[in-house]
Amino acid sequence: MNELKGRSLVSITDYTKEEIIHILDMAEEFEKNQRQQILNGYVISSLFFEPSTRTRLSFESAVQYLGGSVIGFASADTSSVRKGESLKDTILTVSNYSDLIIMRNPMDGSARYASEVSPVPIINAGDGANQHPTQCLLDLYSIRKTQGSLDNIHIAMIGDLKYGRTVHSLVQALTLFGATFHFVSPESLKMPSSVKTWVKKAGLEYHQYTDIMDIMPIADILYMTRIQAERFPDPLEYEKVKNLYILENSMLAPSKDTMRVLHPLPRVNEITEDVDDNPKAYYFQQAKNGVYVRQALLAAILGLK
Amino acid sequence: MDNKRKELKVSAIRNGTVIDHIPSEKSFQVINILNLANYKNQIYFGTGLDSSKLGKKGIIKISDKYFEDEEISKIALVAPKATLIEITDYEVTKKEKIDFPEEVSKIVKCFNPKCVTNIQDITTKFTVVSDHKGEVKLACHYCEKTMSKENIDFF
Repeated sequence: MNELKGRSLVSITDYTKEEIIHILDMAEEFEKNQRQQILNGYVISSLFFEPSTRTRLSFESAVQYLGGSVIGFASADTSSVRKGESLKDTILTVSNYSDLIIMRNPMDGSARYASEVSPVPIINAGDGANQHPTQCLLDLYSIRKTQGSLDNIHIAMIGDLKYGRTVHSLVQALTLFGATFHFVSPESLKMPSSVKTWVKKAGLEYHQYTDIMDIMPIADILYMTRIQAERFPDPLEYEKVKNLYILENSMLAPSKDTMRVLHPLPRVNEITEDVDDNPKAYYFQQAKNGVYVRQALLAAILGLK
Repeated sequence: MDNKRKELKVSAIRNGTVIDHIPSEKSFQVINILNLANYKNQIYFGTGLDSSKLGKKGIIKISDKYFEDEEISKIALVAPKATLIEITDYEVTKKEKIDFPEEVSKIVKCFNPKCVTNIQDITTKFTVVSDHKGEVKLACHYCEKTMSKENIDFF
């Protein structure tokens, strides 16, 4: 599939269902055979205008497993942005030094803009509160790997569904595969109506809950997110709900044997550490899958596979 | 006869453009977005006029002015049911219903303060979409946020 070659990835909706499946298939190959020197002689820019642990390191690890080199910065403080350089100028300059640019930037829409001014492809590693498509792809990879298929799964999303960009992209992507959605959140952090509209338009079902235990026996995937205190206008309201969305090991008892717990990480306290030893906990493996998926993207976009 | 009298409530122009069927409450907004306060030639306008379609309507007649597509897009966003009539030597030379454009560029600000277009010097671009209730909204090409008509802020 050559159409991915040279194309930026800004938003998960930039890819068709077939293109998503193609990337996941490629990622599976990289999981089997991770060290391949196909990026030998290639230079990849990694521009992180704001901090990140997993995304930056897993991208850089993906480049290096493939034999490529990485240049870039891990915070805006160490780049010319601090001197007031525009994003356009930074991108045009860096594109002279590399074959592809991986970028995280706090401005919403910055990745789309960068992809329009850059002569080399851009991979969006998060643009503010907007999109984080590689997280979405690794979520899909993890779901497919643990459930055997992406088709018709029952996915429960828990926590902050209003502001969590990962859950929004994941809903958007899963509508392509016919999922049933179970949204569990406090009243004030419910899934936005725009997201529910995508589900309805796709002819699929969603259900809303406030009690996490309601979905325990039906879910194939439990997708946990963090509830942040600063999202609540009233601190009292946060105090009331904060403990309702903490997953403890004992709560997993009624769940299916094949059910897996996913979390985009970092977690703070929403999954207690006793869950980590339960075979249903999959979030660290999920983070590992990020490397395979990013290897696949690099290979596909550079046209090396 | 009645029709004739109604027309004459706002004087005729020799050359220029008439914007008719503006919802009454939008009349002043149309004047503002087109920056007509600074226009040097003759402008006649009326608002609160009886209209069989709108109940009350506004009408603006601008001498020696023909609008560019960008300006017509602005009118469409404020008064989507308006009619645009071009006049040459007192004759109607063109009459069209204003319709929503598929895309809106340059003229509207994104309502999201964190959008890259509000932080850097970048031309805005929106796709005109409708939500599940059929209401027209603008989706920002960059930050992907969707804003309703009430949030539209013109440059």
